[in-house]
Amino acid sequence: MNAENSSLLAYTLHLADNTLILGQRNAEWTGHGPILEQDIAISNISLDLIGQARNFYQYAAKLINASTEQNGLLQSFYPFIAAKAVEGPITEDTLAYLRNAHDFSNCLLVELNKGDWAVTVLRQFFFSTYQFYLYGKLQTSKDSTLAAIAEKSLKEVTYHLRWSAEWIVRLGDGSAESNERISTALEDLWPYTGELLTNAPYESALLKEEIAVDLENIQQQWLNKTREVLEEATLQLPGNKWMQQGGKEGKHTEHLGYILAEMQYLQRSYPGAEW
Amino acid sequence: MYTDKQEILSLLEQVPDPEVPVLSVIDLGIIRDVKQDGDAIEVIITPTYSGCPAMDVISIQVKMVLLENGFKKVTVTSILSPAWTTDWMSDAGKEKLRAYGIAPPNAVPSVCDTRLFAEEDAVQCPHCLSYNTRVISQFGSTACKALYKCLDCLEPFDYFKCH
Repeated sequence: MNAENSSLLAYTLHLADNTLILGQRNAEWTGHGPILEQDIAISNISLDLIGQARNFYQYAAKLINASTEQNGLLQSFYPFIAAKAVEGPITEDTLAYLRNAHDFSNCLLVELNKGDWAVTVLRQFFFSTYQFYLYGKLQTSKDSTLAAIAEKSLKEVTYHLRWSAEWIVRLGDGSAESNERISTALEDLWPYTGELLTNAPYESALLKEEIAVDLENIQQQWLNKTREVLEEATLQLPGNKWMQQGGKEGKHTEHLGYILAEMQYLQRSYPGAEW
Repeated sequence: MYTDKQEILSLLEQVPDPEVPVLSVIDLGIIRDVKQDGDAIEVIITPTYSGCPAMDVISIQVKMVLLENGFKKVTVTSILSPAWTTDWMSDAGKEKLRAYGIAPPNAVPSVCDTRLFAEEDAVQCPHCLSYNTRVISQFGSTACKALYKCLDCLEPFDYFKCH
C-alpha cells in the first residue's frame, strides 16, 4: 500500500467512523424520543447515517483487501490486522466491530453523549451542515466511489439539515426553558465544531489529487449557515475561538470507549455470530 | 441460453418491495440494468436510500426468482451513481401506491432544500383526493416516506416523498 492509498484508506475510514458513531448515538433515542413523530425522525436519520457508514466501510474493506503489501503504514494504523485477529478478507463488519477506540478517527463531536434533546438536535445541525457542504463538493471528487457515495447521500443530508435547523429555531425562539437548554447546548458543543472544519494530515495529502474536500473551502459556508439559523433562533454565535481536537487522529474522549463497548459487545464475545 | 432482457425484467415484476408490497422492484425503478454473459445474468440495482434495510431482502428475492426460472448463475450488483430518484418510479407504480393509501411522489420533484419551515408542494390526500393537507413530519414509517394529515377528511396518511 503506497502513501497515497494509505491516505485514501484513512480518509474513507474517517468518513465512515463519523457516520457510524453519530448513527449509533442517535439510535439511543429510538423508543425514547420526546414524541412518536420525532422518535421516528431521529431513528430515520440514524438509519441514513449507518447506511452511509456501510458504503464507506465496504469501500475501505475493498482497499485493504486489494492492497498487496501487508506491512508498513497499514499495520501500524490498524494493529488488529497485523495481529491476525481476523481470518479471511476484511469486511465492513470487521472495521465496525473489531477496531479499538484509538483506531477510530471520527470527530469528537459525534461521540459525545446524546445529552438532552437540545444537545442532540444542535449536534445534528452542526454535523448535517458540515455534511451538506462536504458532500456537495465530494460528489465531484476524482475518486469515483467516494463521489458516488456523496451523490447518493446528499439528498438524505438535506432533509437532516432542514429538520435539525427547524428544531434550533423552535427551541431558541420557544419557551424560557427551551431557550435555556439550547443556549447551554450551544456553549457546550461549540468547542467541538472546529475539528469538523480542519484538515487532518490524510485530508491535506489528498488535496492535490482532488480526492478529498479542502475543509478550508467550506468553513465560511458552514459559518454563514450556522449564523443564519442561530439568528433566526434568537441565539448568538459564540465568541470563543478555542477548539477541541484529536478525534480525527485517534485521540478520543472517554465517551467513545463506552459506545464501542456496547456496540461491539456481541461480535467481541461471540466472534462471527450471525442471526 | 439467450434470453430477451425484457423477459428477465418481466420476471422481476414478481419481486415486491418488502416494505411497500404493492410495488414491484420494476415499479420502484431500482432495477437499472440486466446484463447477460453466456448463461450468467447480472442484475444491476440501486438503493432508494443509503440505509434502506429492504435492499438485502430485495437482492435475495431477485436471485430466487431468477433461479426458480432456470437461470443458474445470477449475481446482483448494487451501484450508487446515478442516485435513485422518485422520477424513476413508473406511472403504474404511482397509481398502485395511491390505491394502497399512500400518496405517490409529486410529478414535479420538489426535493427538500435547506430553507427553514418551507412548505412542500401540495400533496393530494390518497383517500378523499383533497389538496388541503399538511405535513406532520418529513420522516415517516420508512426512510422513503413522510407523514401527512388531510385537513378535510382528517385522515393521516403516508406520502412517498420526493427524492
